[in-house]
Amino acid sequence: MIATRESYGNILIELGKENKDIVVLDADLSKSTKTAGFAKHFPKRFINAGIAEQNLMGMAAGLATTGKIPFASTFAVFATGRAFEIIRNSICYPKLNVKIAATHAGITVGEDGGSHQSIEDIAIMRSLPHMKIIVPADDVETRQAVRAAAHIDGPVYLRLGRLGVPPIFDENHTFTFGKGNVLKDGKDITIIGMGLMISKCLKAAELLKQEGISARVINISTIKPIDEELIIQAAKETKRILTVEEHSVIGGLGSAVCDVLSTHYPVPVVKIGMNDTFGESGKPEELLTKYGLTVENIYDMAQKTVNNKK
Amino acid sequence: MEPMEIYANQLRIHIINMLAAAGSGHPGGALSAADLLIYLYFKEMKIDSEDKDNPDRDRFILSKGHAAPVLYGTLAMKGFFNTSELTNLRKLGSFLQGHPDMLKVPGVEMSTGSLGQGFSASVGVALGGKIDEKSYRIYTLLGDGELQEGIVWEAAMAASHYKLDNLVAIIDNNGLQIDGTNDEVMKVNPLKEKWESFGWNVIEIDGHCFTDIERAFKQAKEVKGKPTAIIAKTSKGKGISFMENQVGWHGVAPSEAERAKAIEELERNIR
Repeated sequence: MIATRESYGNILIELGKENKDIVVLDADLSKSTKTAGFAKHFPKRFINAGIAEQNLMGMAAGLATTGKIPFASTFAVFATGRAFEIIRNSICYPKLNVKIAATHAGITVGEDGGSHQSIEDIAIMRSLPHMKIIVPADDVETRQAVRAAAHIDGPVYLRLGRLGVPPIFDENHTFTFGKGNVLKDGKDITIIGMGLMISKCLKAAELLKQEGISARVINISTIKPIDEELIIQAAKETKRILTVEEHSVIGGLGSAVCDVLSTHYPVPVVKIGMNDTFGESGKPEELLTKYGLTVENIYDMAQKTVNNKK
Repeated sequence: MEPMEIYANQLRIHIINMLAAAGSGHPGGALSAADLLIYLYFKEMKIDSEDKDNPDRDRFILSKGHAAPVLYGTLAMKGFFNTSELTNLRKLGSFLQGHPDMLKVPGVEMSTGSLGQGFSASVGVALGGKIDEKSYRIYTLLGDGELQEGIVWEAAMAASHYKLDNLVAIIDNNGLQIDGTNDEVMKVNPLKEKWESFGWNVIEIDGHCFTDIERAFKQAKEVKGKPTAIIAKTSKGKGISFMENQVGWHGVAPSEAERAKAIEELERNIR
């Protein structure tokens, strides 16, 4: 079990060795965001903005104009909330080459409570022209996604978590920006998930199989631009979609899937996520259970959706 | 008139003409900064429109982006694009957006308009220069009302923390903002003490006096280990008798009659 923030911190050091243009900025959270390792290896290319997220993003924009590839890190709540308009006007509007690697996304932040649990960051970032969004599911995918982000010209939002997650992919996996992965094939329903919910989607699919329900599981790690082709194909072949995200059901993965299907191939879509509510303090697994982000709930909702339509 | 004064007068003519053609925009704060921009682009900065992407060039960022006409006029005079483009300001399809857009306008180093953000970006550019051990310098112009934005002070703190002596922030201190004087709306004084307490070298000048401006930029270059703030005392609407120090001329374009009167005044100066 390794958290995607750890994977990010590790790959940053490798990238730093390979490319002298990589610079990293943080806002007094480098031990938590795991940029501290980069800071130790490359002190001249690490900039601590202090507790000042607006200037964190503004400085990153300025650095990008000089040919640097800045990775700006802080918690997702502050990155996308506090600094939103700087991301909009100084990074996205001029399409500058800034990577925002936001950690502690979602309710699995845990004990810090609702004030620190970002459930709206994808919704906010999706609405910005020029912004691309990646939510990696595990260690292997995170390392490849961060590397891919460094090679993309323009703003990228990387959504990373605090909680350790089990491996989904083996080392032979290839992350392709903009492409989802079918992790398990199926014909009765497609479960589309992201991030740490992927392992739960796979377990739910196993339980469904025992009940005679064949569930396809898709990992969507590039939320924007989303893999329209794969989603449309799933809608055509399985007729029902269930989306699962550790994010609000408003504006997140589920909404992105609906945007594709309502235009190209409307089928029933059921969304599991935070139902227009803030989180609260608690252990990550307790919170996931309270808010229905569980194997059982995915199983139940999938079963209901399939039975309703049979 | 001295050449710098002639250039500044010509720039003011461009500003009035382009704003009148646009029918909207911000004359007051563009006119107050005209002398400063002319000095920067024609005397101070190492910059060449024929080699605009040279990594060693000096950079200017207009943090008070609403004064776009003063920047566009200067860039056109400096050869970055044809002066005939200026009257397309703010028109559909024109590259001269209401606020500076670096993706569209040759010579614009940073897209600005949302106050405080250009200054923050200029700190990033200065950091980039330090990391690469380049000798280029970064100049940024802020309004005094702009100093009410919180990000300005985050950036000011960072610039002195990282000892960015390659950065010069010029405050266009005309004392006025949309809703009234700075003192009425939200007091920003004492400026000198504020910037000094943030660790900056501070120089106070008359922002319309080229001798003062020259002295300030020279002095700024000699200071090592800290950034410099030049507090330039200016008059909003400078150069046009009926616009000078009038709050009402912050964000209103001149009518045709007003344009003609203003141009007549400015042309009288060079006769």
